[in-house]
Amino acid sequence: MYDEPALESKVTNKDIKIAARNVQVFYGDTHAIKDVNVEIQDKTVTAFIGPSGCGKSTFLRCLNRMNDTIDICRVEGDILLDSEDIYDKRVDPVQLRAKVGMVFQKPNPFPKSIYDNVAYGPRIHGLAKNKSDLDEIVEKSLRRGAIWDEVKDRLHAPGTGLSGGQQQRLCIARAVATEPEVLLMDEPCSALDPIATGQVEELIDELRDSYSVVIVTHSMQQAARVSQKTAFFHLGNLVEYGETSQIFTNPVDSRTESYITGRIG
Amino acid sequence: MTDATASHTPQPGQGGETAKSSLFTVSPRTRRRNASERRFKAYGVTAILLGLLFLCFLVYSILSKGLPAFTRTVAEVELTLTQAQIDEAESTLLKTGAYRDLMIAELGKVLGDVEPDAIQRIVGNPGAMLRNFYTANPDAIGDTVAFELPTASRVDGYFKGRITREGQANSTFLTPADLDLADRMQEEGIIKREFNWQFLTGAEASDDNPVAAGIGVSVVGSLYMMFVVLALSLPIGVAASIYLEEFAPKNRFTDLIEVNISNLAAVPSIVFGILGLAFFIQFAGLPRSAPLVGGLVLTLMTLPTIIISTRASLRAVPPSIRDAALGVGASKMQSVFHHVLPLALPGILTGTIIGLAQALGETAPLLLIGMVGFVALRYPDTIASGFLDSNSAMPAQIYTWAARADQIFYEKAWGGIIVLLVFLLTMNIIAVILRRRFERRW
Repeated sequence: MYDEPALESKVTNKDIKIAARNVQVFYGDTHAIKDVNVEIQDKTVTAFIGPSGCGKSTFLRCLNRMNDTIDICRVEGDILLDSEDIYDKRVDPVQLRAKVGMVFQKPNPFPKSIYDNVAYGPRIHGLAKNKSDLDEIVEKSLRRGAIWDEVKDRLHAPGTGLSGGQQQRLCIARAVATEPEVLLMDEPCSALDPIATGQVEELIDELRDSYSVVIVTHSMQQAARVSQKTAFFHLGNLVEYGETSQIFTNPVDSRTESYITGRIG
Repeated sequence: MTDATASHTPQPGQGGETAKSSLFTVSPRTRRRNASERRFKAYGVTAILLGLLFLCFLVYSILSKGLPAFTRTVAEVELTLTQAQIDEAESTLLKTGAYRDLMIAELGKVLGDVEPDAIQRIVGNPGAMLRNFYTANPDAIGDTVAFELPTASRVDGYFKGRITREGQANSTFLTPADLDLADRMQEEGIIKREFNWQFLTGAEASDDNPVAAGIGVSVVGSLYMMFVVLALSLPIGVAASIYLEEFAPKNRFTDLIEVNISNLAAVPSIVFGILGLAFFIQFAGLPRSAPLVGGLVLTLMTLPTIIISTRASLRAVPPSIRDAALGVGASKMQSVFHHVLPLALPGILTGTIIGLAQALGETAPLLLIGMVGFVALRYPDTIASGFLDSNSAMPAQIYTWAARADQIFYEKAWGGIIVLLVFLLTMNIIAVILRRRFERRW
């Protein structure tokens, strides 16, 4: 990519990483996502905001086919990752999820050691040839997750013994260990205190150098702080999508304005 | 409240106090609420106390009736039999009777002027044991051998208090005079009480020699069955639960299977016995009374228990763990086997052991496939043949003893219950330890 010194909130002409076209999602008879078209850029943080139940998490989970595990969920339309339809019959969702990593709302480390938490992905995907390779990947990922210094002396302690913020950063380290191209984050800070939130936000900003990050958040301040692009969802519709600065300062749609000023939500 | 106060004629100085209640006076409503709470607690305590009372009674009666089975009364006698005496005994029609008479003659010499029949009534029928010894050890012929042979079951009962002098007043099997003789033999050290290893290691015995009966062979039969049950029901049950819980589509067919599994857990065990008889023995042609067949029948019974508890423990694993595994690109199978199953393991193990304990105490289906107590007559010749050799199981053996005439079998039935309970307690303790050890928090 062009390593131009972009302004904090200025979006440049980067590649399109994910393109969604006319995406519809149904839970049984409920039409949860209605006709969403969006283009998510590479090496950018894109925030999905909107009131509860507006479909932003549902749409996020479509991007790595986590909705496949829900029997009654049906997805229509095209979602292209690097111009390849991820809902094509030939696509194995397991391979897709290796490319599109995910961090969940609640920190969910495996009840194993910190080392094993991070090493699990590389192990099942065969990313390391030997033990020292794996050690290197684990260290690199934990450094990326900005948690290496805190855990380097106790890599074999259980991951569940860490504090909430540390657990979430461990989960981020686990997600980046498989070398994904896109990182999906579903309200990653909702279970964290302000200090841990600050650490994770800082981390998200750093991750932008290597990945396309999509983050769902309930906090508009967070969206404003970490994202370059923002999408506002309301009742299953994508109401407005644009540069974060524009969405927050000069929204086009009246619903967006009502939401960010606190009148609906 | 307000209506009540309004109907009263307001008295001077009190109007303000009725409207404002004090925290120190308990209102009638609170009093009623507290009373009903106290009543409920009292019901609970009563129920628990009643339960404890019955438990104490059960433990007491089991121990008081069963513990005597672990001791036995023996008569000591030193015999020096010559080859000629053996040959003579072997040439008679009632060979064991001849051996017994040799022993009685020896005891008669020690005791002096005593009727041989009286000695016989005391020592019972130990001839077979003597004969077996000399058949097995021909070298001992001509040497002096000290024997400790169990006495007749009534004498055993007399020393354990099961039989009283008054009760024997008109008995021809053991007269009061015989009891005097038994007392004398005890004083002279001929009759002693000792720990009854034979009860733990022995086999089922006939009515001729009831004192020799032991539970050892049927313990072995039970262990063989438990091995079959464990080897079949754990893998089948866990695989079925994982498939149903994690992979199977939710539709009417799987719903039907689910309902049927729950119903199977409630089917009376004797129905499984009939099924085992019809299928494994009559149709598949497996041998009767074999622990293999017993194990297969008990597997059918245990499977629903294991499947239900395994599914419950799989369901108890938080979905976030599955999401986490899928999120880093694990396949469904990897997420189940690497993450979900280890977390469900304590629950699965506990369910399995409880299922096994249930199977261990099951009697009815075993009676239908011929694993009655009478067949537990010898240990299997080899380890492998134990699966197909006729055998019984602990509960079936206890059931058989409880139904037999000689009073000593009654004592043995209670003793057998103690042995069975020791096994069950051990299994439950193992279940608790395993659960503690593998329990992990998330």
